[in-house]
Amino acid sequence: MIDLKNLTIEKAHDSLKKGEYTCKDLAEAYLVMVKEKDQDIHAYLEIYDDVLAQVEIAQKMFAEGKDTLLTGIPFSIKDNILIQGQTVSAGSKILEHYTAPYNATVIKELKNSGAVFLGRANMDEFAMGSSTEHSAYGPTKNPYDLTRVPGGTSGGSAASVAADMALVSLGTETCGSVREPAAFCGVVGLKPTYGGLSRHGVIAMGNSLDQVSPIGKTVSDVEIVFKTLSKHDKNDATSIKDENRIPKKNNGNGKKIGIPWHLFESDLKDEQIMQNFKSSVEKLKNVGYEIVDIELPYSKYSLAVYYIVMPAEVSTNLSRFDGVRYGLSIPGDGVSGVYKQSRTKGFGSEARRRIILGNYILSKGLSGAYGKALNVRHAITKETEKIFKEVDFIMTPTVPFLPFKLGEKIDDPVAMYLCDLFNAPANLTGTPSIAVPSGISKEGLPFSVQFTASHWEEDALFEIGKKFEIIK
Amino acid sequence: MEIKDVEALAELSKLELTEEEKKKILSDMEGILAYIKQIEEVDVPEIDTKYENHNSWREDMVREEKDFSLELIAEQFPDSKDGFVKVKKIL
Repeated sequence: MIDLKNLTIEKAHDSLKKGEYTCKDLAEAYLVMVKEKDQDIHAYLEIYDDVLAQVEIAQKMFAEGKDTLLTGIPFSIKDNILIQGQTVSAGSKILEHYTAPYNATVIKELKNSGAVFLGRANMDEFAMGSSTEHSAYGPTKNPYDLTRVPGGTSGGSAASVAADMALVSLGTETCGSVREPAAFCGVVGLKPTYGGLSRHGVIAMGNSLDQVSPIGKTVSDVEIVFKTLSKHDKNDATSIKDENRIPKKNNGNGKKIGIPWHLFESDLKDEQIMQNFKSSVEKLKNVGYEIVDIELPYSKYSLAVYYIVMPAEVSTNLSRFDGVRYGLSIPGDGVSGVYKQSRTKGFGSEARRRIILGNYILSKGLSGAYGKALNVRHAITKETEKIFKEVDFIMTPTVPFLPFKLGEKIDDPVAMYLCDLFNAPANLTGTPSIAVPSGISKEGLPFSVQFTASHWEEDALFEIGKKFEIIK
Repeated sequence: MEIKDVEALAELSKLELTEEEKKKILSDMEGILAYIKQIEEVDVPEIDTKYENHNSWREDMVREEKDFSLELIAEQFPDSKDGFVKVKKIL
């Protein structure tokens, strides 16, 4: 019996290499878990029918000595990343029967490494939401408590890893969509530096914000996936050339953590979360980190900037779904009729809402709004870069509340505001940010803390993440 | 802003909305206006056009890598003729 609970990529690789079990054994162990648990959790929208063919390829790589760390490792893949020949629907009815005609670059890379894709993970439709309740295919449940949400939009990804139905997963982030579900499901989630991982073949939500983001049970596993995928892709015009991925070093010793207490100290109402955060900070202090109070005055505009930039980009990106070249197509009166029928029936309410708001922002009456938002965004980025001259990390709780119950919309606007405030800056500035589990609440739900670092400083995040895993 | 403005946007977005959706969006639009007001009041410099970004061009040639499936693409045209996607009359 393979001990999936304590399995890591390195342990699995070691066992596979030694022949303690085969790639087929490993994949099947996960498929057994899927059979046992996914009726209740619903992390997966589909288990692929070619898993056995994939494991044969992986096994051959071991036989020929061509294996990598990721050979034979079972992944779940968020339903917005294209795998050629497989259905990909972005959690939407408008792409319910859409077959990907090509592989996303990140998929190509994983295939070259011999990774195994078990199936596609559930998500909020077109990556809009924060609980996976907006999936057109029903919600995913939190493995810690089936009456609660796993977070979103990469809820299926996070839940599959937390429930040992995949060893690692690829999700995507536009505003916390991997860090928040990672927090809710007690796993590790990394949003890389913008431009680090290719977006080619990833269904776009907000081009200037989206990043493929790995999820795993340990920082080390996330690091391994990240390192495999972090490279320039000429098919992605926003992908940064390898030689330009230079971190701006400060003159410090790498052990200074800045906490922007002013942003959340008075508004964070959940005492358990505050307690857990404070004790996490203490633990880091005790192993030699210096904690400083920092001010980020422009960051309070993150939400305004995000809610102007994001809908504008979303409405633009979703205009390609018109029932003409692919996807749901419903007969209608002339060209306009086909567009309207297909889009109205194909998109869920959240997608429809954001398209309208985006077009509103981009309309003549508000001309200049998007441009002004970009100026403020730039100011937030510059402020962040300046802070990283003084500190090595910015640390906050990942989410200001514990996983909420399904159907319980968080009616507390301050809490929702704080949630976005913790998550949005890293997406707006493009800085890398990692969510790491930090304990369990008295209700048995996971806590999480988040470290953000300067552009291209993922190694620093892995270092502090691994240290924190030991001391938490 | 009024419901008729929401309806105009819906028309531009090629979407049909329920009455309830229209009302909800109307109130969301107020929220957006508030955000826009917020950022308009912030004193920030215009972005220097010598921004860190630069264009990423490719040669205007057919892709050499045949890593996409023409068959899969053409199979999925909702309406087609002789391998071409068929669209409704525009004029």
